[in-house]
Amino acid sequence: MTEMPSTPEGRKMSITLRRSGEAPRHSAVDMTTTLGSLTVPDPVFTASGCAASGQELAPFNDLTAIGGVVTKSIQLTARAGRATPRMAETPSGMLNSIGLQGPGVDVFIKRDLAWLEEHGVRAVVSIAGSTIEDYGKLAGKLRGKPLAMVEVNISCPNVEDRGQVFACDASAAAAVVAAVRRGTASGVPVFAKLSPDVTDLVSIATACVDAGASGLTLINTTLGMVIDTKTMRPALAGVTGGLSGPAIRPLALRCVWQVHQALPDIPIVGVGGIRTGLDALQFILAGASAVQVGTVIFHDPGAPARVSRELREALAARGMDRLEQAIGLGHRPPDMMVPEAPEPLGAELSPAEPESYPGYPPGYESGYDTSYEDEAMRLTEDA
Amino acid sequence: MPVQVKGEVLSVKPIGDYYSMTIVASGIAENARPGQFVAVSVGGPEGSTLLRRAFSIYQVRETGVYGGTVEFIFSVTGKGTAWLSRQRSYDPIDVVGPLGRPFALPREPANCVLVGGGYGSAPLFMLADALRTRGCRIDAVLGASTGDRMFGALDAKRMAASVAFTTDDGSYGEKGKVSDVLPDVIDRVHADVVYACGPMPMLEAVQRIAGAAYGGAGIPTQLSVEESMACGVGVCMTCVLPVIGSDDNTRMMRTCVDGPVFAGDRIRWDALGTVPEDAIGAGR
Repeated sequence: MTEMPSTPEGRKMSITLRRSGEAPRHSAVDMTTTLGSLTVPDPVFTASGCAASGQELAPFNDLTAIGGVVTKSIQLTARAGRATPRMAETPSGMLNSIGLQGPGVDVFIKRDLAWLEEHGVRAVVSIAGSTIEDYGKLAGKLRGKPLAMVEVNISCPNVEDRGQVFACDASAAAAVVAAVRRGTASGVPVFAKLSPDVTDLVSIATACVDAGASGLTLINTTLGMVIDTKTMRPALAGVTGGLSGPAIRPLALRCVWQVHQALPDIPIVGVGGIRTGLDALQFILAGASAVQVGTVIFHDPGAPARVSRELREALAARGMDRLEQAIGLGHRPPDMMVPEAPEPLGAELSPAEPESYPGYPPGYESGYDTSYEDEAMRLTEDA
Repeated sequence: MPVQVKGEVLSVKPIGDYYSMTIVASGIAENARPGQFVAVSVGGPEGSTLLRRAFSIYQVRETGVYGGTVEFIFSVTGKGTAWLSRQRSYDPIDVVGPLGRPFALPREPANCVLVGGGYGSAPLFMLADALRTRGCRIDAVLGASTGDRMFGALDAKRMAASVAFTTDDGSYGEKGKVSDVLPDVIDRVHADVVYACGPMPMLEAVQRIAGAAYGGAGIPTQLSVEESMACGVGVCMTCVLPVIGSDDNTRMMRTCVDGPVFAGDRIRWDALGTVPEDAIGAGR
């Protein structure tokens, strides 16, 4: 469980806020996070479909230092994917219509999973199928293989029949999760990756958890399209595609927030438009225990390592010693933000005195005194 | 092994209808081989254009006053390239390279015909240097829609034993397409291999002509294809095209890591833009 300050017991909580400008204390922040039965030393993962199986990103990142690589969704047999064009750039994002191109699970295990194991990279294997049975078989094939977690992709928008998007229906989603859970070794967490393209995400999330999901990955892409005004036809061969990138970050964040609010004990992996450490921090504050970076990798292949570093710096700058302190912290009551006890009701308002102006020591009009800048401001709050 | 470099713009110059950009980016120049490309981030760190733009490397200088530099040619076709054209000396720029599979070079001296379409001719000059050091004869055919879009005419005259120019409107060289003159050039110079870079319809024509050369015996080609990319490093699966592998099976292969240079007879020209039914994993 997370250090939720808003627990009913009214746990006492203290946050030490530091003023910016202080040297970041990277190494001091414990980035460990827990995803069901899996504990990892770093909360940043690559997002499925944005890192292939990791090899291609090795020149740009130390993949052993991040949480892990979430591999491109693998299926029972090889799949060629959709026709081209498969991609269209959109404002602060992109549409893709790849169609789950991949070599099939047997080749994947022999080639890609073996590579990840050999290089000491934690592997989260994303699986996709057309039927509930497919998912169960995939889990069976992966049983006993070197993987840290299974992510069940029930939300790829680029399948021929949108009716097959299991994540749009609570009972279908639950059936897939149950099949994977049954087929997967008990020590390996099973996360369900959900689609934002539903009316009531919490009900789908709840159904997945009830069916045995250890946690939830929120969110997959949202369905969109672009029409090329030169050809006056859809820009993608597949007509529609999944929208990703910073364009969908507010949508993804809202999903994480809502599901964490409804299911505060369920670990969430937040994904959608994360470009910087501060973006990642938003997801952590909304209730995510870990994050995935996806489309930003196409912009910056070194993004996984960079976002991890920036998140660490952002936590340090906020006086946090452990990542877990920040998980869900955005949900705390607003009064916990107030740095000083409010004026008692009815107290007479007195004009602000320059000597007590918060932020500057007596006699200073701006923060010249750097020793003061470094001073920590300690807050103690009762929830 | 590609590297990601926070480089610096050395210069941006208009050349006809195109631009040339030179970036100080050590680590790329030293390892670049002819036919490889760089993927450049556009729009700045807060910009809304996320996807990298890929450009064939025109030339590199391993050492200079400022360190290794890499130069590429681009045409302003959208927001990203418009942004690039507005960059000035000393502006920071993030570049990844060298990327992709380079042109294969003949082991023995050979007669090589180099065919370029528009600024697709850009990677052919580094190639020509490499071929010449192997004692190859070089003849060139450069085509463009107009004279302003003919890139590297002077360079070509310097490097090649002969050069034929064609333009769609006849404003430079002969009026017509490179495919109109290529068959004669192949016969006249007893060509052993054709190298080409340019738009896909031109490459398809080059392959058709080379495949039919010498009464149907055909000669090998090395073609640098143009497919739109998102990442340039092999992770996004956007830039695929159907290619026949050494096991005779067709796969949807990535232009960025399996190409951009392919042997022309391996590309399924009949099926470009589609997933052919006999491709591995098709129809699913």
